[in-house]
Amino acid sequence: MSTGIAMDQDRKDDDGVVLTEAQRRARRSRSIAIALALGALVVLFYAMTLVKGPGVLVRPM
Amino acid sequence: MSLVSEGAGLRGPLTAGSDVALDEPSLASVGDYIALLKPRVMSLVVFTALTGLAVAPGTLHPLTAFTALLCIAVGAGASGALNMWYDADIDAVMTRTSRRPVPMGRVKPGEALAFGLTLSGFAVATLGLLVNWLAGALLAFTIFFYVVIYTVWLKRATPQNIVIGGAAGAFPPMIGWASVTGSLSLEPILLFLIIFFWTPPHFWALALYRAEDYARAGVPMLPVASGDMTTRRQIMLYTLILVPLGIAPWALGYAGLLYGITSVATGAIMLVLAWQVLRERRPAETACRRLFAFSILYLFLLFAVLLAERGWGGLMARLAA
Repeated sequence: MSTGIAMDQDRKDDDGVVLTEAQRRARRSRSIAIALALGALVVLFYAMTLVKGPGVLVRPM
Repeated sequence: MSLVSEGAGLRGPLTAGSDVALDEPSLASVGDYIALLKPRVMSLVVFTALTGLAVAPGTLHPLTAFTALLCIAVGAGASGALNMWYDADIDAVMTRTSRRPVPMGRVKPGEALAFGLTLSGFAVATLGLLVNWLAGALLAFTIFFYVVIYTVWLKRATPQNIVIGGAAGAFPPMIGWASVTGSLSLEPILLFLIIFFWTPPHFWALALYRAEDYARAGVPMLPVASGDMTTRRQIMLYTLILVPLGIAPWALGYAGLLYGITSVATGAIMLVLAWQVLRERRPAETACRRLFAFSILYLFLLFAVLLAERGWGGLMARLAA
């Protein structure tokens, strides 16, 4: 293996995994979906806390 | 792309030997993850849970009711994802399931497992914290029953797999009821029994005309393990138990005249179709297909009429309150 090729390989390893455009798009759409789901969960807990009022800690079996 | 070659030796989730490189970045889309939730099964679960929730006595804030249904839906979806994780080897060789995200290689088995476990945890914890812990415990047990008892244990071990495993699909109305009352009584147990005894005729009718598919995947469904005639007799037997159970809510005074007429009329059709299945001989399969299709309508009509008769007024009053 020539020195030049070895250096290219080292640089590639340093960069880590390089995503293709399709992989980048898929990851972005998954990240947005996770963010929306977590945001919805926060809103749900906030709204349910208001609904339950002082009884928020009362959770009958 | 198929991950498993046809034939024997199918044992659980795909791990080593898969032709999907484990370190390759995922191409899974949001749609693939939604497919893992089995949306069609989820819609039936939500519908039966809504019926249980709406017919239950007592009051529940609309947002709490929504939260309960959301958690039940997510819990059901999580069960579906865990089922697809474990059954990817079977799914890959069956025509009906070969295009699911895991056997297609779009979602890796580990990703499906993590997704299912995460959603299960969130669904159970949220239902317990925001609604009540009986409902949360029932949801946890339902997920455990479907994934561990049915998928991991019974499905590959016994022809009675869907008889016992059918309990998992029968729990949602009980969870809906428990979300309102915080307790259980005879009425939700009756709804449980209707779905429980509906499951064998429904799935065995399908299995009769998909027997080769199940045999290729090594799943010991009743037609594969015990033969065609035994399955047809068992379908008749379970339908004979199911129809009186379907009428029981009216007979016991839990439902009105419309439900009584609907359950008697649709029950009679179920019996006629089960009788036709009993009389039919292979390679004919028309009667099996008819019974499979009508059984879906049968269950839908029973719960829809119950919801319209008993639940809708109560649900609207709760929303207006």
